[in-house]
Amino acid sequence: MSKIRKKLIGKGDVRVDGRKPGDLRPIKIEIGLLERADGSAYIEFGKNKILAAVYGPREVYPRHLSLYNRALIRCRYHMAPFSVEERKSPAPSRRETELSKVIRDALEPAIFCELYPRTVIDIFIEVLQADGGTRCASIAVASLALADAGIPMKDLVAACAAGKVDGLLVLDLDDVEDKEGEADLPVAYIPQMEAVTLLQMDGSLTRDEFEEALKLAVDGCKRIYALLKEALRGRYLAAGNVVREEVKKINGGGS
Amino acid sequence: MLFVKSRQLVIPGDLLAKGDYAAGENVYKERGGFYASKVGLVNFENQVIHVIAVEGVYLPSANDLVVGKVVSVGLSEWVVDINSPYSGVLFVSQTSRRSFDSRKDNLMDILDVGDVIVANVLEFDRTRDPRITIQGHELGKVTSGYVVKVTPTKIPRLIGKRGSMIKLIKSRTGCQITVGQNGFILVRGKRVEDEALAVEVIRMIERDAHTSGLTNKVGEFIEKARRNDW
Repeated sequence: MSKIRKKLIGKGDVRVDGRKPGDLRPIKIEIGLLERADGSAYIEFGKNKILAAVYGPREVYPRHLSLYNRALIRCRYHMAPFSVEERKSPAPSRRETELSKVIRDALEPAIFCELYPRTVIDIFIEVLQADGGTRCASIAVASLALADAGIPMKDLVAACAAGKVDGLLVLDLDDVEDKEGEADLPVAYIPQMEAVTLLQMDGSLTRDEFEEALKLAVDGCKRIYALLKEALRGRYLAAGNVVREEVKKINGGGS
Repeated sequence: MLFVKSRQLVIPGDLLAKGDYAAGENVYKERGGFYASKVGLVNFENQVIHVIAVEGVYLPSANDLVVGKVVSVGLSEWVVDINSPYSGVLFVSQTSRRSFDSRKDNLMDILDVGDVIVANVLEFDRTRDPRITIQGHELGKVTSGYVVKVTPTKIPRLIGKRGSMIKLIKSRTGCQITVGQNGFILVRGKRVEDEALAVEVIRMIERDAHTSGLTNKVGEFIEKARRNDW
């Protein structure tokens, strides 16, 4: 008995959700929405809904984890039980532990850890709704939360996946495309350093396809990066004359 | 070559300048370019480029006045929460106590857990926790008043140009206010109502730190509160 698979690419290269192969899903960003966190951000990436909170730099507990020459970065990626169709156990799964690790590794090169030795920076990522590509969206939203917390960084980190669906290279795969397609290639990219800090692949691509998919993903990262920057700037500029006033005090102020 | 104007809002990764400049606060140099490392406002000091951060933690520096709370008592020192990733260490030798014999005397008779102190930072280099002292004018244990916590980066705003803002609050509310550089602010007044008003004003400044004409707004706010009070 073979399952009849739905066609993922329709006439004129239209994908299941109506996008073109090179299109991103619509993105909505909010920054600084958690009162008690040092920094926070929320992203809606298509149907993904992800919340990130950052605490720190702060004292490390348990003490023995602290590093004498740099800040420790801890990251927890967690999916809410209601984030997927079938209830997910709230206990951290193998997959979540692994994603926490790769997300931390993707963000770490952008952070100036050496400025705060013997401290910890905690990153909490909560996936409220998942629809494929959560690791990429998590990296992007966590980098915004870090910037919001006032943690010194080289640059924001953008992330985006590319892949192959029904023989066609596409950008930013959603859940169906990821599961039914031939390959998925998530990439995190730091534009200022021109560095790729996450590169995974699931499925199979030829060497040429890989090269092309990587190029496509990095291009997607750059587009997401522009949106991240705009969102972060917007948070402060929206408040009107924030900026001019803050500087006045600095130039004229004294204790 | 400059890519930003003075007082412009920048975010991490923004290219600020290329060429003959120097990296100041929250700015880093890489491949000949100067980039911002925090969200903040650009400030030039001759050829040095600074970014004045909007958010951030308190990093102790020598001679800073801080307000702190004792969190634990050791054999010859106290550990003090100074609203920073690094907690302050206060040795007995840095108190006004002339002699201390650990066999006879009890540290808790001098300061106990929960006590609030006004202290000065002696030294700090990030490899060890900052040493603080309570020897000095107007330093030591606090016995009355409120402690308000604000974001450390908003302290200059609370002080104002040459202390204009803090002077205004002090004179209009009749409270004695000790502004710790670490973001803890100690308010002491003759009446509880005065203290409550000063606390409310400080919270308002933290909330509206980004708006213009804040000093006037604060003045009006206090006047209005005063009229209702009487």
